[in-house]
Amino acid sequence: MTAYTAIVTVRLKAGVLDPEAETTKRALERLEFDLQALRSADRFEIDLDADSEQAAERRADEMAERLLANPTIHDYEVEVRRR
Amino acid sequence: MIAIVRFGGSNCDRDAERALSAMGIESEIVWHEDGLPEGTTGIVLPGGFSYGDYLRAGAMAARSPILAAVRDAADEGIPVLGVCNGAQIGSESGLTPGAFTTNASARFQCEHVHLRVENADTPWTAAYEAGEVIELPIAHGEGRFEIDEAELDRLETEGRVLFRYCDAEGRVTQAANPNGSAGGVAGVRGERESVAVLMPHPERAVLDDIGGTDGRGVLAAFA
Repeated sequence: MTAYTAIVTVRLKAGVLDPEAETTKRALERLEFDLQALRSADRFEIDLDADSEQAAERRADEMAERLLANPTIHDYEVEVRRR
Repeated sequence: MIAIVRFGGSNCDRDAERALSAMGIESEIVWHEDGLPEGTTGIVLPGGFSYGDYLRAGAMAARSPILAAVRDAADEGIPVLGVCNGAQIGSESGLTPGAFTTNASARFQCEHVHLRVENADTPWTAAYEAGEVIELPIAHGEGRFEIDEAELDRLETEGRVLFRYCDAEGRVTQAANPNGSAGGVAGVRGERESVAVLMPHPERAVLDDIGGTDGRGVLAAFA
């Protein structure tokens, strides 16, 4: 077994309204920052032990499918690093 | 006996019980870890903030073991109603289509809204006329119905949209849409017509003295 950290990033699908990001963008503009757009995402860092990088990735992928992301509104990506 | 499933953070369970009791319908609040009682004839997933709305509203409760039992019961044709957080749990668990997410206003909306009955040919709407305008309260931060366009078209064709937000005259307009829901959708049914979810609170509109009685028609499905 090897120790890995799986990083799961969950973001809204393109085209899905993100009111929190819009509000954050407006707040930055109120602070007089210059920006074109802002997107927010959730990032989960999951420490796990697995036989291989692929196995770690598969497990993290299943976690995203079954809980961390909602396929109706989200896309997600998984990145695995040795810990 | 109607089972009202209580999760940590449910807060409309007692309202549902009182509303049903006012309509002469027996119900029982059931702690989710205890499972569904024998002889359950209907299920309410009540409003509230189950699991503190962590991750996404309804996400945790939707994956709790009792939801497997709720799904089995639904498959047997037992009526299941999700209200507010219960609607979020219903969509998160796949019992009903789409997702309920952050209001377009990014604010918690607590107000009375008008709803147009879109399909009066379901147990949840049989007490109303198609096109009838009713008034129910809403209280949610994550009630914006999201679904892709093709899927929404399919729901509309299949008559699965039960209620839409509208103005007092029944016009579905952007101004009358409190949360930016796709198609102004406030409530839908699942694959089976015995499963329905809606963000507005019918159980808070059952007693004459408080909130009106327009919600009775929805709960009448349990009678």
